[in-house]
Amino acid sequence: MGVTAILFWILSSLALLSAIMIVVSKNPVHSVLWLILVFFAISGHYLLLNAQFLAIVNIIVYAGAIMVLFLYVLMLIDLKKIVDPQRSLWIKLVGVATGCCLLLVLIAALSKADQTTALTQTIGGNIGLVENLGKILFSEYLVPFEISSILFLSAMVGAVVIGKK
Amino acid sequence: MPSLENIANFIHNWLYTTFNATVALLLEFTIVAILVIGLFSVLGLVLIFMERKVSAYMQVRLGPNRVGPKGIFQTVADTLKLMVKEGMTPNNADKFLFNLAPFIVMTAAMLILAPLAFAKNFQIWDINIGVLFVTAISSVSVIGILMAGWASNNKYSLLGAMRSGAQIVSYELSAGLSIITIVVLSESLKISTIIESQANGWWIFKGHIPAIIAFVIFIIAVTAETNRAPFDLAEAESELTAGFHTEYSGMKFALFFLAEYVNIFIVCVIGATLFLGGWMPLHFGTNTTFNEMMDYIPSSLWLFGKTFFLIFVIMWFRWTFPRLRIDQLLNLEWKYLLPISMINLLLATAMAILGWHF
Amino acid sequence: MIHLLQIDISKAVNEVENAGSYLPIAIQLLLVVGLIGLMLLASHKLGPKRNTSDKLEGFACGIESHGDARKPMAIKYFLVAVLFVLFDVEVIFFYPYALSFKQLGWDGFWAVMMFVGFFLCGFIYIIKKGALQWED
Repeated sequence: MGVTAILFWILSSLALLSAIMIVVSKNPVHSVLWLILVFFAISGHYLLLNAQFLAIVNIIVYAGAIMVLFLYVLMLIDLKKIVDPQRSLWIKLVGVATGCCLLLVLIAALSKADQTTALTQTIGGNIGLVENLGKILFSEYLVPFEISSILFLSAMVGAVVIGKK
Repeated sequence: MPSLENIANFIHNWLYTTFNATVALLLEFTIVAILVIGLFSVLGLVLIFMERKVSAYMQVRLGPNRVGPKGIFQTVADTLKLMVKEGMTPNNADKFLFNLAPFIVMTAAMLILAPLAFAKNFQIWDINIGVLFVTAISSVSVIGILMAGWASNNKYSLLGAMRSGAQIVSYELSAGLSIITIVVLSESLKISTIIESQANGWWIFKGHIPAIIAFVIFIIAVTAETNRAPFDLAEAESELTAGFHTEYSGMKFALFFLAEYVNIFIVCVIGATLFLGGWMPLHFGTNTTFNEMMDYIPSSLWLFGKTFFLIFVIMWFRWTFPRLRIDQLLNLEWKYLLPISMINLLLATAMAILGWHF
Repeated sequence: MIHLLQIDISKAVNEVENAGSYLPIAIQLLLVVGLIGLMLLASHKLGPKRNTSDKLEGFACGIESHGDARKPMAIKYFLVAVLFVLFDVEVIFFYPYALSFKQLGWDGFWAVMMFVGFFLCGFIYIIKKGALQWED
């Protein structure tokens, strides 16, 4: 087992452990902090794939920005007042069913994946370097890039409408 | 001539000729570790002493002058005192998060140090996304601050943390945009390349008006990001006692305090690197006699000179401007600095495409 | 081989492109965490520990503290956070552009102009709606 494999297993187990802790921990603020740990583990995976830009952006946007938003939202609501509502059996069942559907989709997608040809290039490979990403993003994927700005615009409108209520 | 580069070269060569590669690498790690720790302790002591003296002279006082000659050992004495103080955790605080918060803030501050170039060819870690790395890690420290405020379970702490968080994240935007202005001009994210690109003049001179606007915005934004006056309303002592670290005492408080000063140092090094040429001596075009004269001054002195000038400017702000209110602070960022820096960036890009800069 | 003090830049440039070059940061992370832990532990061992119930109460300038501190905060903070996330993503998109704008030329510039234009529309909407006004 090479260094990459060892690192992969360490990062994966860290990510899975933290992900379980998100669900298990009673305090929502603790959950958010475990989520941050998950993001760091995933950033480590990106680094192993030599996708440096993605790794750094994952930290900036998710661990830095979205987690701050989560923490603010948690501070907006009164955590003490929200007693865990008694969920009916039906809602629980539907939840389990949806989870199983997602699992099914994931398994189906993964079993279709061709392992021999589509192995990701680790360590080497420089598609994830910022310069190459820029060239592709602003030429080949220009239209999705522009459309994303419209998505941001709608998000802004949504935030203002919610915030103003 | 003894410069940091030569010393590092000498140590490196000596290690690799005396020991085999693995041992030499390990020894090099140890040396770097000791250097980083040493730099930190010296920085903390020097900056806090400087802050006190600068404040004192601006208010026509003498400042600390009892411990040691001119009071230079005052901070050492304070550090020792903080070491032997009781580090309490309040009863109704979240014990784990309360103790984790200073850890996160300090770790973030110390990690940013890695890609900075302190002298010519003297850098711990020269990565090709250096600037992006700095932005990413500095965006993590806000989590530590929010965590400290929430875990303390104190009204002052929570209010301070909320204000501090809003302020840091807002000003991160314009700081990022002014950093990108220089990235556009130098076409690299790597710190050493950015410095190399300033060999024939610093960006603040070469970059025309966009670089100057970006520099001014950068200084304002980092002053706010480090929670310094006039943007220190997160710990406005007259209203919130000490902001997010009200409940902290002893070493845990000292870590927050030290992290604040380390952050000031780091943002000033970044400012000096991006706009004032880092370790690059003052060069004007091809005027060789003047350039050679400037080259005699060691590169580390150039960097530290520029950095401490910027630190002095930030300390100067503290005694010049009155504190802003939270609404004024956010208005300044969202209504003025953000649009200005965005348009400034586009201007710089257009200029760079046309090739108008030197 | 990783050169910690970056003696030979030309050698480091070849290596810096791959994931192995992140080893120094991992080592520094371990070092920093160890150092801070040591500092906290030393202070914990050196300092006195006299816990009294009054001392461990939350600080409220000497008066008794009333109720829980974790009360809901103003929605303005939430709004700032949401807008920060959106604009932060916009800033991130500039990084790949800043490194490749020379090859992209004016086409790329107009594309980015359009992107920023959409954002400015949203920005004007925010200002017009008074979302950033703190006084109600």
